[in-house]
Amino acid sequence: MSDDEKPVLLTIRDLCIEGYADETWLEIVKDVSLDLRRGEVLGLIGESGAGKSTIGLAAMGFTRDGCRISGGTITFDGIDLRAAPVTERRALRGKRIAYVAQSAAASFNPAHKLIDQYSEGPLIHHVMGRKEAENDAVELYRRMRLPNPEEIGFRYPHQVSGGQLQRAMTAMAMACRPDLIIFDEPTTALDVTTQIEVLAAIRDIVEQFDTAAIYITHDLAVVAQMADKIKVLLRGEEVEEADTRTMLADPKQDYTKTLWAVRSLQRDEQPPAGAGETPVVSVRDVTAAYGDVPVLYEVSFDIHARRTVAVVGESGSGKSTAARVITGLLPPLSGEVQFNGETLPADYRRRSKDQLRQAQMIYQMADTALNPKQRIREIVGRPVEFYLGLRGKALEARIRELLHLIELEPDDFIDRLPSELSGGQKQRIGIARALAAEPQFIICDEVTSALDQLVAEGILRLLDRLQSEFKLAYMFITHDLATVRAIADEVVVMKEGRIIEKGGKTEMFTPPHDPYTELLLSSVPEMDPDWLDHLLAERAAGRAGAGVKSADA
Amino acid sequence: METLISILFFLFWAALVIAVAALAAWLFRAVIIAVSPKNLAKVLRTAPLTASFGMLIILIYVVVSVLAPAIAPFGEREVVGGEYLPWDSTYILGTDNLGRDMFTRIIYGARNTVGIAFVTTALAFIAGAIFGLLAATVGGWLDQILSRIVDVLMAIPALIFALLLLTIVGTSIINMILVIALIDSTRVFRLARAVAMNIVVMDYIEAAQLRGEGLWRLITREILPNAMAPLVAEFGLRFCFVFLAISALSFLGLGIQPPTADWGSMVRDNATLITFGDITPLLPAGAIALLTVAVNFVVDWMLHRASGLKE
Amino acid sequence: MIAQRIGLGLLTLFVISLLIFGAIELLPGDLAQEILGQSATPETVAAFRRELGLDLPAYERYLGWLGGVLQGDFGNSLANGRPIADLIAGRLGNTLFLALYAAAIAVPLSLALGILAALYRNSLYDRAVNVFTLSSISFPEFFVAYILIFYLAQSGFFPSIAKITPEASLAEKLYRTFLPALTLTLVVTAHMMRMTRAAIINLLASPYIEMARLKGVQPGRLIVRHALPNALAPIINVIALNLAYLITGVVVVEVVFVYPGLGQLMVDSVAKRDITVVQAAALIFACAYVLLNLTADVLSTMSNPRLIHRR
Repeated sequence: MSDDEKPVLLTIRDLCIEGYADETWLEIVKDVSLDLRRGEVLGLIGESGAGKSTIGLAAMGFTRDGCRISGGTITFDGIDLRAAPVTERRALRGKRIAYVAQSAAASFNPAHKLIDQYSEGPLIHHVMGRKEAENDAVELYRRMRLPNPEEIGFRYPHQVSGGQLQRAMTAMAMACRPDLIIFDEPTTALDVTTQIEVLAAIRDIVEQFDTAAIYITHDLAVVAQMADKIKVLLRGEEVEEADTRTMLADPKQDYTKTLWAVRSLQRDEQPPAGAGETPVVSVRDVTAAYGDVPVLYEVSFDIHARRTVAVVGESGSGKSTAARVITGLLPPLSGEVQFNGETLPADYRRRSKDQLRQAQMIYQMADTALNPKQRIREIVGRPVEFYLGLRGKALEARIRELLHLIELEPDDFIDRLPSELSGGQKQRIGIARALAAEPQFIICDEVTSALDQLVAEGILRLLDRLQSEFKLAYMFITHDLATVRAIADEVVVMKEGRIIEKGGKTEMFTPPHDPYTELLLSSVPEMDPDWLDHLLAERAAGRAGAGVKSADA
Repeated sequence: METLISILFFLFWAALVIAVAALAAWLFRAVIIAVSPKNLAKVLRTAPLTASFGMLIILIYVVVSVLAPAIAPFGEREVVGGEYLPWDSTYILGTDNLGRDMFTRIIYGARNTVGIAFVTTALAFIAGAIFGLLAATVGGWLDQILSRIVDVLMAIPALIFALLLLTIVGTSIINMILVIALIDSTRVFRLARAVAMNIVVMDYIEAAQLRGEGLWRLITREILPNAMAPLVAEFGLRFCFVFLAISALSFLGLGIQPPTADWGSMVRDNATLITFGDITPLLPAGAIALLTVAVNFVVDWMLHRASGLKE
Repeated sequence: MIAQRIGLGLLTLFVISLLIFGAIELLPGDLAQEILGQSATPETVAAFRRELGLDLPAYERYLGWLGGVLQGDFGNSLANGRPIADLIAGRLGNTLFLALYAAAIAVPLSLALGILAALYRNSLYDRAVNVFTLSSISFPEFFVAYILIFYLAQSGFFPSIAKITPEASLAEKLYRTFLPALTLTLVVTAHMMRMTRAAIINLLASPYIEMARLKGVQPGRLIVRHALPNALAPIINVIALNLAYLITGVVVVEVVFVYPGLGQLMVDSVAKRDITVVQAAALIFACAYVLLNLTADVLSTMSNPRLIHRR
């Protein structure tokens, strides 16, 4: 039976949802409609604030505090969820419609064992008895490919790792064999190598039980693997909907096209620096620790002018620690950092004003990187005044020039507070503050990972332009290999505090690789809907990093 | 039956008082919104009635304490007639245990009690906030030493500690101010340090440190502006605690000493009247309660605003 | 972890005993001279110093004092020379009785009301609770006490003076101390309700509570099975903080109701500058306070599943 002939399970018509903010009700979801047949997976995709989660919860007849459904209908298998009494809706939740949350660690009750939380649904909905439910849990844990399925349920949530918890939560959602599951960004908090296992397990189990699902994510490549059809949302409104292959191959709307286009940004590798050239920054045999916990082991790499070195690794790989050593926030146990051939004092407090000026930093979270009580004039102007001693008219002119450089209109922005800027604009101000010191070297710490894709691309292009204009050397810390393709000349791969591999970008992206690099590279989802199948087949055949343990296994 | 009537009577008066207070608060809010500049007016519009009632009361207390000599019909320490005279047209609220005019002393009490509490709070605040901000910003051993000292001082209940210290240094106004300021500065230290700790971990502080900014600029330009809202709210709360503590000490006869007019000791000196069914001694106590309620209402609104803006 | 916390608590007790003992050393001038007055001859002063042991080095006196305290011997009162242990004996029991009496009413009452306010937050009930609790936090204890006397003792329902004798029956005791207990209850309930409400609201906002609701869990089960096991730690802390508050709150209330407790003894001794008695009372109050906080910390640590079930 093809999907089109299956009966419709969920129908949403003209759904409107309002949220309470600043003492008024604002519309956060506008006239969204959707149909979902049995066994079908719908991908809801959009940037932050697009209303994806709100719609997902509404499909369960649920709204968070401070939200209310203001219009439209939600019909689940013939039941009008808006009109149904509370008890009837409650009887559906967990039994026929289940939910998988983004953060499994926060969504499991810390006071109860996993298996008790698994059994709770079947027990309160009178689907199974306790013994039966526990046996069933073990079976589902096995199908979710959790290690030690007989034993893992008897642990408490804090005793289990993130990727495993996420799988346990999917198993829990399956406990009553629901007709529909809402997956709310289930892999967003996970590292790439862990993500693959969770994605594969989720997809298998949904197929095995022929469960319908709404899969919410901001990651196009992920949704391409999981969904039969995709709906694109923008600020609470539908942009377009089509089946996955059509949507990927031939998006109709301009907004969707721009979303797709982002992935294509790629920069050609710059020619390597001459052999005799002194690198701007040279990290030499650095070993470092936080207190007694070692985090870096004999790390060495060079960064030359006009070149970008991307430091790649998963959480806990030590990539941010390397940056802290370079800036002098964390003096190393051994080894040194050289700047233009000259050794820098290990502690930033011992560095001269000029040494501090030459190395600047751009942060991941622009929200916390800009003082919320200072106006742009002061944020950007302070380094100019502090390092270069400009005052009065000259200072004002320089601030305006810097704002021009980062493509923000000075008259419009110079007197704003950070709270009056969008995420991308904040990040631009962060760049302007770094540029204001007129440095030779800038550390970019995950600068695009908190941004939506379109905005992130704008930031990457800007950084690229500034680099050639001011001959800057960049150290680019990231976990996202698409960003690496887009901006790097050289790549340093890190794992557990050690450098696994380093070299030119072209070389790094062409096989053969070190096994861990292979695992990392192959784990990055691609837009091809068949990518996950191919990858799993490859790994089954012992290729694509199959032998390496992921960070979470 | 009689009880029922008296209960109904009480409820009627309570409702009337609340209605009048609400109306006054509403009018007051309308007036201050009208006379304030645009930005401030926008903020004031969000004030609930409780908060504008609080602001109105605080304003009245300030006016009364500034103009005390002009309003009061008699001198602060002047014996004007017999002891415990009832309310009449000359002695609006009667006279006290020494024959001084009650009404006059309540008005002067605003000046003395509130003034002393304010000075004490300010002292506690300056000391506590400076050390708290320093401890959070500098960190390391300075933070360790200061925090451990404060831990020990806070392990003794405030009132008990105050009693102990007052025994040693003797009871006088100056001693009381210093003792209470010392005890309360430990609480301010805790809060200022905690608030600053949350700010110090922000990337913009790291950016300023890496720029090479000095300690003074770090505290005054980067940390303090962001710590202002909780610190101001804390000032209000601290004032309430200090005010109640001073009143309690005075009530126990260990705080502000006669013949200075003070609400706490006025309650103590005239308490016997209550057992004769005279509510006069409750008036100074009520004056204490009313001001504390008012400050708490305003602070509650400020805290609510601060937490609401975060989301 | 728990052993560490207990160790820290004992250390705190030790430091506090040092601090309270050291208080005497800080006395300006000579204690013996001060007590005997200016007219005393040098010989009598010297004799008195020997009697008090003031001629010994400080650490020897401290060890002697601490050794005595641990065996229940607090030395003699400076004012009348009687053993402090005798003065304290009955009074400590009375104070504990009053505090427990108040706690027995206040704890269940405020937990229930606080949880209700959290469950129905932003309702009319919640707002009324907010205004009521804010107000009663702001009232000085003696104000609440006198209002109760005015309304309940005037009309002859309850005695305004809480005289109790050791041979009185329990019912008699409960009746006679009803007003002081009610005063304490009113003051402490407001604090506790606000803290309970805040703790529960915080808890109900956690993702696992939302998850439970999305699993179709009924409200009753949600509270009992999902919220309560995690609410233990915050609730224990709320209770401990307020019991600690009761310990100091009794001081003022005992004075108002002329209740023969430790607090009243302490206040009288402060007025007489009977330093040894003040020391003893301060030490007892401080120890009770520290031990309460310690117990709360240990209990709430033990109720945390993350700590019970280690990795």
